[in-house]
Amino acid sequence: MYYQEEIECMPRAELEKLQLERLRWAVVHAYENVPLYKERFDAAGLDPYDIESLDDIARFPFVVKQDMRDAYPFGLFAVDRKEVKRLHASSGTTGQATVVGYTENDLKNWGQCFARGIAMVGGNADSTMQVSYGYGLFTGGLGAHMGGETAGCTVVPTSTGNTKRQIQVMKDFGVDILCATPSYALLIADTAIEMGYDPAKDFNLSGAILGAEPASEHMRDEIRRKLGVQYCDVYGLSEIMGPGVAMECSEGCGLHVAEDQFLVEIVDPETLEPVPDGQLGELVITTLTRECSPLIRYRTRDLTRIISEPCACGRTHRKIDRILGRTDDMLIIRGVNVFPSQIEQVITAFPEVVPHYQIVLTTRGKLDHVELRVETASDFPFDEIRALEDLRRRLAGELKSNLQIAVDIKIVEPKTIERSEGKAKRVLDLRDKD
Amino acid sequence: MIEQLTVLLQNEKGRLSQLCRDMADADINMHDLFVADTSDFGIVRIFCDTPRRAAAMLEERGYRARVVDVLAVRVPNVAGGLATLLEAIEDEECNIEYGYCFSRGEQTAIDVLKVGDASIESKLSEAGFDIVEAQEVYELDE
Repeated sequence: MYYQEEIECMPRAELEKLQLERLRWAVVHAYENVPLYKERFDAAGLDPYDIESLDDIARFPFVVKQDMRDAYPFGLFAVDRKEVKRLHASSGTTGQATVVGYTENDLKNWGQCFARGIAMVGGNADSTMQVSYGYGLFTGGLGAHMGGETAGCTVVPTSTGNTKRQIQVMKDFGVDILCATPSYALLIADTAIEMGYDPAKDFNLSGAILGAEPASEHMRDEIRRKLGVQYCDVYGLSEIMGPGVAMECSEGCGLHVAEDQFLVEIVDPETLEPVPDGQLGELVITTLTRECSPLIRYRTRDLTRIISEPCACGRTHRKIDRILGRTDDMLIIRGVNVFPSQIEQVITAFPEVVPHYQIVLTTRGKLDHVELRVETASDFPFDEIRALEDLRRRLAGELKSNLQIAVDIKIVEPKTIERSEGKAKRVLDLRDKD
Repeated sequence: MIEQLTVLLQNEKGRLSQLCRDMADADINMHDLFVADTSDFGIVRIFCDTPRRAAAMLEERGYRARVVDVLAVRVPNVAGGLATLLEAIEDEECNIEYGYCFSRGEQTAIDVLKVGDASIESKLSEAGFDIVEAQEVYELDE
């Protein structure tokens, strides 16, 4: 089921033509109305009126979050204030907040992007959708809300909190679709089970649109199973728009980017050069239609890859893989870019070890040495050295084929790896610095 | 079959002595102890009193410990004692994961084998081998 079939299933050639047309508009719009773009394009000797192909975007400079902080609050707005219908802002917990404005068209486009995801989980005018994202400056609540209204759903704006009441509402109102963060969806599921329900059977739920925070494959499965839903991963960031930039169809392997609205690139986080489709790197987004807060080559710091193979669902918009982490976490080992999330993916596929691990980097001779410390699961038959050696060999082999580097596996005693949630603890970098 | 306590230890200074101290503090007497080691870790195999209680105690203290069934056979302390036993097991096409020996007195040795097929025990018994009972080695769990 599609929300805008003519756009979502548009032949590639036609879609790329539309993108090029919109890119030309977006670059000129940014250049003519935002001083930062004018200064930077001029300084780089770039002619914003001379874009011949989509590849030309690679010549333009990047925009980063700090640029938005420096422009706080309205320095990057490209329209007159009377055109601005809504403001959202990031929480600013890691620095100055970033503010994004929306014109009437921006809001309409946003609603449509999200509505496409609602159709991906089978939602339409007959559906009731509960929005358990926080409402406020955070884009989650109102973004999902508008998407629901755009799709014609009955929207139940419960926001976050008061979980038992949320569950009562979900049951009594016959809610079909839940929008929430994955962790909150899981809390809702567990609380409902504690209350004596089997949400997969007792509730009307059939779809869940979940995003705004990372979720492991294990967690996604748990949510699917406990709630009995199709899981739609939604990607978005407040700087770009909010939830709906990319959404996961029923095929369940990757999120379709709203390519009529956004031009996406993947670049190597070190060299900032574009990488081929399929290769992991940093997601860079250019907004194609945004009027108030246009962004040309915004570095999201999110790590993913482009999946360009055609999707069985019929949509022609390319997909991105689910976000595998933040590029800030990247390690360079023997010249190879390695992300802790890649290692985590491999480890979670091994039921013989627990998902806590530690990476220890040292220098041996002139080379980087990688040691991965893991603990065996409590039911692992460690009595036989052969079983332990076999586990080490298989883990090392899998890591080698995934990361292209040799990793020394060290099996340690239980609970010796710290259970901290902090990322820094996962990696112990003891390499010589010169 | 008799119950062997197996503990996984990191190959680090002081780990074995800590393990022995923890066993002593729990008032568990050990009769035999064998260490199989690699560069990273050691697997400690122990015959002790109340092995299940010992495993639970160690797990509680953060060790990886478990009770494993192993075959114990008493063989005469003469040349060929072990060879005869192993040949009998081989004839039954039973796999052996690992093995070790200890002695009780001068006349006999006890061969301990982790076997792939538990039914080998009754076959050996029928063939006249002297199977060691758990209570001959350690004090049983209640």
